[in-house]
Amino acid sequence: MNTKVLIPTGALGITYCKKALNNGLKEKPDIIVVDGGSTDSGPAYLGKGKSKYSRSSTKSEWRTLMVAREKLKIPLLIGSAGTCGTDKSVDWFFEITKELARELNQKIKITLLKCSQSKKDINKAFLSKNLFPLSNAPKISSKKIINCTNIVGLAGVEQITEAINTNADIIICGRSTDASLIASLPIMNGVDKAVAWHAGKIGECGAFCTTNPKSGVILISFKKNGFFIKPVSNNTKVTPYTVSAHMVYENSNPFTLIEPGGCLDVKKAIYKKQKDGSVYVTGANWVQDTNYKIKLEGTHVVGYQSISMVLIRDESYVKNINKWSKQVKNKVKEIIENSLSLKKKSYEVQFRFIGKNATLGSLERKNLEPNEIGVLVIVTAKTQYECEEISKILNPLLLHHSIYKNRELPTFSFPLSPPSFKIGKKYEFCLNHVMSLQNPMDIFKLEKYSI
Amino acid sequence: MRLKELVKKIRSKNAGPFLLTIDIFCSDKKNFKTIIQNISKVAISKLYKIPKNQINIFPMKQLNIIKITIPRPNIQGSSKDRDLHGASFGIILEELKINNALINK
Repeated sequence: MNTKVLIPTGALGITYCKKALNNGLKEKPDIIVVDGGSTDSGPAYLGKGKSKYSRSSTKSEWRTLMVAREKLKIPLLIGSAGTCGTDKSVDWFFEITKELARELNQKIKITLLKCSQSKKDINKAFLSKNLFPLSNAPKISSKKIINCTNIVGLAGVEQITEAINTNADIIICGRSTDASLIASLPIMNGVDKAVAWHAGKIGECGAFCTTNPKSGVILISFKKNGFFIKPVSNNTKVTPYTVSAHMVYENSNPFTLIEPGGCLDVKKAIYKKQKDGSVYVTGANWVQDTNYKIKLEGTHVVGYQSISMVLIRDESYVKNINKWSKQVKNKVKEIIENSLSLKKKSYEVQFRFIGKNATLGSLERKNLEPNEIGVLVIVTAKTQYECEEISKILNPLLLHHSIYKNRELPTFSFPLSPPSFKIGKKYEFCLNHVMSLQNPMDIFKLEKYSI
Repeated sequence: MRLKELVKKIRSKNAGPFLLTIDIFCSDKKNFKTIIQNISKVAISKLYKIPKNQINIFPMKQLNIIKITIPRPNIQGSSKDRDLHGASFGIILEELKINNALINK
């Protein structure tokens, strides 16, 4: 028994080395697994149910993988399709796959794993005290849940196993944990759960666990009680250091990883360099939950936004930027409250000083005087109309406001026309909760197609 | 000297939308020992304006890495957030003068 999983890249859409992919295919993998999403790019993708990556680059990279699959006749699996993994983004990815199947003249079976959740059901779970906050979860309420634009449940090994068991050629999963995509087939083939989950975490970003992260591709070979990580790209090495250091990556705790159905503990893991250049990993521990739980992600709309940008190059204004912006803010507030009749709490005008402290804000410790400051003004309000009104009220002040009496009015530089831009709905993450399930498939759906 | 000049690399990342994680990659065992002795919850709390009890420091002896996990000052992508990917929070530590600013445990 030796299960081989080929991971072409950390995320579909960021490109990978095709030569390395071909090297990997020569190793005769049993499955090709790729991740398609994350929350790392912010709440707007889940908010809208849309992909971060371009349709054309996604299609081009997926085409190569579909051709590889047809050659080897092995399953091809993508998780968190379309960045956020909602049903809508799974359908978007399914459309791309159907187009490619036609273009490549492939007859294939496709299984979709749908992970979007009904707000009503999640609210029911909340009311019956079946939602549990994870650390630093914001407070939730029925109102917040009902107002979510999208809620997804994160699939794990149990749901992905069901999808693989349909014997499809291509499996398109909605939101799934990164590690579970890699761990599923090995576990189905009898690999120890701790080994499979550990490999899942190490391999989640493709070649990030090697000396050459850009090459993308890695191959993981599983034995019952351990796994080999092998670089497949030229000029790429793996060492016990590069492999074990990946446990640290984007993980709040470097020794444990909470996953659907249990918790991985790698405190006692052993990483050993092999003669063929691979690294062999053993020794992790998996603690199975007695009560099966999955994680939920949800986004809601907190308002609308517009932005303006003005450049300040005049030395005396660069020096006095805080005074200038304070005066502008006060004037704007007065006009808004008089002419738009908005209450103080129903809108927000933020000034960010690019070149001074826009990145770190009050945490910035450097205080050097810049040549110029880009002032990014972010307006948040309850409607887009209000945002546009506020931006237009701001404009003449951003253009001409003077901090001096009895002097000619200054004029500042606008780099763009129109000078303000509509951002649209402002989404925020609001769920960081787990929900316990009697049966792992209770809130996930499979759809099977032959094309 | 600044911490940046003493270690191999400092990296900050989101660990989900609600937490930040900062990894200090030390150059060797000796370097790791020096740095870990100088990294305290008190110092991190001052730098990041976060209560001590919400800070986790994980010394990883075998890898010569120190991981610091803190709550995000603002939830990722919320209207007050300035750094969607949590990319620049490590710079606060990088630019820290090592002699006077870090407080011994």
